[in-house]
Amino acid sequence: MINFHYSRASDVADAVQQIRADPAAKFIAGGTNLLDLMKEDVERPSLLIDITRLPLKTVGETAGGGVRIGALVPNSDFSYHPLIEQRYPVVSSAIRAGASQQLRNMASTGGNLLQRTRCAYFYDTVTPCNKRTPGSGCSAINGINRGHAILGTSEACIATHPSDMCVALLALEATVHVAGPKGERAIAIADFHRLPGDTPQRDTNLDRDEIIIAIELPAQGFAKNYTYLKIRDRLSYAFALVSVAVGLEMDGGTIRQARLALGGVAHKPWRDFAAEAALNGQVASPETFRRAADVLLRDAKGFAHNTFKIELARQAAMRALTQAANGTPQSQSNKKIA
Amino acid sequence: MAQFTAPCPPREGDISRRSVLQGAVALGALGPVRAADVVPHAAIAVDHKSQVSKPMTSYIGTATSRIDGHAKVTGGAKYAAEFNVPGLVHAFVVASTIAKGRILRIDASEALRVEGVIDVLTHEKRPRMADTDQAYKDDVAPEGTPFRPLYDGRILFNGQPVALVLAERWEIARLAASLVHVEYEQEAHVTDPYRQREAAFVLPEPAKSRGNAAEAFAAADVRHQGEYHVPIEHHNPMEPFASTVTWDGGGKLTVYDKTQGVQNVQRYVCSIFDMNPDDVRVVSPFVGGAFGSGLRPQYQVVLAVLAARALERSVRLVLTRQQMYSLGYRPAMIQRIELGATTGGTLNAITHDAITVTSQYEDFYRNETTWSGLLYKSANAQYTHKLTRLDLPTSCDMRGPSATTGVYALESAMDELAVALSLDPLELRLRCYSDRDQNNGDVPFSSKNLRECYRQGAEMFGWEKRNREPRSMRDGSELVGWGMATGVWEALQVPITVRIKLTANGHAEVACATSDIGTGTYTIMAQVAADALGLPLDNISIKLGDSTLPQSPVEGGSWIAASVSNGIVTTSNAIREELLRLAKRVPDSPFANATSDEVALADGRLVSRLDASRAISIADVMRVGAVDRIEQEKSTSFANDGKHAHNAHSALFAEVKVDEQLSVIRVTRIVSAVAAGRILNPKTAHSQVMGGVVWGIGMALHEETLIDHKFGRIMNANIAEYHVPVNADVHDIKVIFVEEQDHIVNPLGIKGLGEIGLVGVAAAIANAIYHATGKRVRDLPITLDKLQR
Ligand SMILES: Cc1cc2nc3c(=O)[nH]c(=O)nc-3n(C[C@H](O)[C@H](O)[C@H](O)COP(=O)(O)OP(=O)(O)OC[C@H]3O[C@@H](n4cnc5c(N)ncnc54)[C@H](O)[C@@H]3O)c2cc1C
Ligand code: SF4
Repeated sequence: MINFHYSRASDVADAVQQIRADPAAKFIAGGTNLLDLMKEDVERPSLLIDITRLPLKTVGETAGGGVRIGALVPNSDFSYHPLIEQRYPVVSSAIRAGASQQLRNMASTGGNLLQRTRCAYFYDTVTPCNKRTPGSGCSAINGINRGHAILGTSEACIATHPSDMCVALLALEATVHVAGPKGERAIAIADFHRLPGDTPQRDTNLDRDEIIIAIELPAQGFAKNYTYLKIRDRLSYAFALVSVAVGLEMDGGTIRQARLALGGVAHKPWRDFAAEAALNGQVASPETFRRAADVLLRDAKGFAHNTFKIELARQAAMRALTQAANGTPQSQSNKKIA
Repeated sequence: MAQFTAPCPPREGDISRRSVLQGAVALGALGPVRAADVVPHAAIAVDHKSQVSKPMTSYIGTATSRIDGHAKVTGGAKYAAEFNVPGLVHAFVVASTIAKGRILRIDASEALRVEGVIDVLTHEKRPRMADTDQAYKDDVAPEGTPFRPLYDGRILFNGQPVALVLAERWEIARLAASLVHVEYEQEAHVTDPYRQREAAFVLPEPAKSRGNAAEAFAAADVRHQGEYHVPIEHHNPMEPFASTVTWDGGGKLTVYDKTQGVQNVQRYVCSIFDMNPDDVRVVSPFVGGAFGSGLRPQYQVVLAVLAARALERSVRLVLTRQQMYSLGYRPAMIQRIELGATTGGTLNAITHDAITVTSQYEDFYRNETTWSGLLYKSANAQYTHKLTRLDLPTSCDMRGPSATTGVYALESAMDELAVALSLDPLELRLRCYSDRDQNNGDVPFSSKNLRECYRQGAEMFGWEKRNREPRSMRDGSELVGWGMATGVWEALQVPITVRIKLTANGHAEVACATSDIGTGTYTIMAQVAADALGLPLDNISIKLGDSTLPQSPVEGGSWIAASVSNGIVTTSNAIREELLRLAKRVPDSPFANATSDEVALADGRLVSRLDASRAISIADVMRVGAVDRIEQEKSTSFANDGKHAHNAHSALFAEVKVDEQLSVIRVTRIVSAVAAGRILNPKTAHSQVMGGVVWGIGMALHEETLIDHKFGRIMNANIAEYHVPVNADVHDIKVIFVEEQDHIVNPLGIKGLGEIGLVGVAAAIANAIYHATGKRVRDLPITLDKLQR
């Protein structure tokens, strides 16, 4: 860990100003990801700009009927907020499926969006990694890749995005509000994270002199028929091998509108309109679910240790759709699969 | 230093603790008083299951809270990295980034320029250290050439210390460590056991084979053969490895070390640095878990002493969690088992072969294979053990070394044989039950109540309701599986010395250089001493974990409880004899003609065993003898008559539920029934076994050190990615202690109880998974992808 300077941002404009002034500066929120990476010498910021005192800590309803969550709302407050629990339970559930209570108390909404991959080579500065050191090579492609991506990979990188929260946000079509030197802009969550392509060093489309100020959830929350199903190597406190967020709008036994997103399978939370199209207007049945899951995984490609994820993702998607359609969402405290 | 008197006030809801204190208060209030006034102490035993209290006269066997528990949970207990002295220097290790080769150049100039950096030690720049292998051999070193940290430029494993940065603050040392540039000449390495499988060499026969197993196997009615795989696993104790070395002036050092054996470390340090034994004191009052990783002195203690001698200052070195993966580990192993049986389900052939791994420089191994022919009766048995070398540190003992892994393979194979025989797996165990140790002269056991473990365990579990067919039991979307296995461990004991100082006011200090690695040694020592000296528990103080105390070997192999307890009894007997000698001087002494076995110590008095009304208080005896204390130091060794085998046993029953669609595994119930001689403290014993079961869940489902063989580096060297069970993985665990009286193993009938809790658990779970799914996975850990394939 290298020495660094520390400063506190007085307001959003000041934060943007400070980050522009120093190309090696970084914002710090909960620090649960950044500090670990600094200790491993993966991140080597010259300056930490503490944004934890900025007034971005409220959860409130928007004029359009949605809900806006400040970037510094802790993950636990986000998850347990009554508005979120009632209207967007899939988000509450997804957040609770991640990390531990202690970490969720520290972690911020903005930081969760920007958490970096858990690829072991990315963390170990001794090994080549294109994401950490562009052009050095990808150690995972022919190395240990059991946890790696099966969709949207490139020759340069096969890492996954580890967030649970973001999978639910993607299913709900959330918007990310950011502020930068040119003012504020809104980025659809689907456009926020990137595929690795030949620039795996860039995880997102956020510019380096921009700050996340809020997340906005649209009015439709799929609160009746939803689930977040996370499959991992132990029953808690582990990153997803595969996870599925589902929201269904049902009309009796028929699916009027479906949302389906996968986590743990790609460099970004994964959503596929064709898979949702295979559900929309169909009777909720095992055959329908199987067809949709097949579409969802049609381009999946495994590597030496992670081919199992393709079938696992297919089965998990079918199960999650069943849970959502039946109104029996996965519990995050009772670890029995519903 | 490591002094411990039961210090804590009683707390609500802590029945055993409160009960013990009741007796203590009754006596403690009286101080040095006449014998006639003494109220007999009445410790109340807590029946573990029912929580019903009944009067009892003994601390031994009574559930007793740890006497050091209060200090531990309030931060009063100090660990190796927590001893502070003014002017402490902080050290940080620079670790090699290649697995094999040679250091060409080390450039520390940039690190040395950092403000607050004092020095950087390397193999080229360090004080003198010994240059013979012999000097680096600790008490429990295997054959070979022990690793010498910062000795020369050779790289033997990835993560090997290559430089040590010394700075005024830890953060500075860590920063400077990242600025030390090392150039290597790299050589081809190998870290994959499967690539080195053919290169494995045969070790001396682990035990004499009997009969002709190959022929018997070929002729058997029913045969099973299988290959079983266990990966490298790391200990991951909560406390990191650390040493604080204080420079006491004139070259004298006090070394606060995380270790399972202070005297082992003391001898080792003296030998490497050619120091006078009086100049090195090693202290380790508390150990935050070690599980075998602290049996041998680790490199941090060498480096910390080296630095203290270089600077003539006090130095602390704490390894990071990542760096702890450059210490020892449970060796990966490949085991092949062949079992041949009659259709009636009796074994006639056992072949157990193992290949395990070690470093290039030392040959660490234990006997995985011989447990098979010990546990089951078979006229023919054959064992082969091969070892293969990798460019890794030397493997080492890890909880239940050899039995944990050997019995996993054996008990999986027995389950498969039961399937082949269409026999209930428990019934098969009973048909193959062995009342004798056929490996070692076909002798009987000093005691073996495994039959009762099977019976009580099965009853509590409800085993009789099991449907033998795989995939026959379900609970909604989950397949339910029931599996069982046997556990076995040796009842070991080692020579030990105990000193007891008894003062006229009825207080005793018990001292021995052993460790308490978290198992509850402080507490059982106090319990045994209280009973042996006839004093309340709170009048006993315990000193341990200090190399200046009377001799003790390392704490391992579950041998300390039996050894130190019997040692306390030996020394207490000497105290009693001395009291009797003095008591004879009392005018009209009731003991004028008494022999030493006619008297006992009880309730602070010397009492006649023949006539309880004949008694004199300890205070009176000492007054007459004109002494204010009696001190005795005695060694105890354990003669083995060679006519009995000494073993502890267990029976494990496991229930798993496996989601049929997704293969997610939950271990919903475990019953562990243990026969391990006399149970000194049911409360800490229960914790030991429960901890073993949790570990077994991890071994079965989670634990695996992942090495990238291209780089020869461990890629999950942290506890976010190296998985052990979390609370959600642990459900219902029931522990039964089966009555087992043993008058042969040692006077107190103790067998020890650390390793046995783990042995067999992984097999019971693996067998339950087979029963649930019909799928046999023979390589650990059983992750869900292995069920999908
Ligand atoms: C052991 C462990 C297990 C975990 N398990 C899971 C899991 O199972 N599932 C899961 O989803 N997550 C998991 N996490 C990750 C956790 O969710 C993230 O670490 C956390 O959400 C990051 O939030 P933070 O506020 O602490 O971010 P920080 O560490 O403070 O920051 C992370 C990054 O975001 C940037 N940043 C922060 N806020 C802003 C902002 N407002 N605008 C612009 N940039 C910003 C920082 O500069 C930094 O680069 C785990 C973490 C740990 C340590
Ligand atoms: S998968 Fe991506 S993060 Fe991992 S080593 Fe390859 S480039 Fe680096």
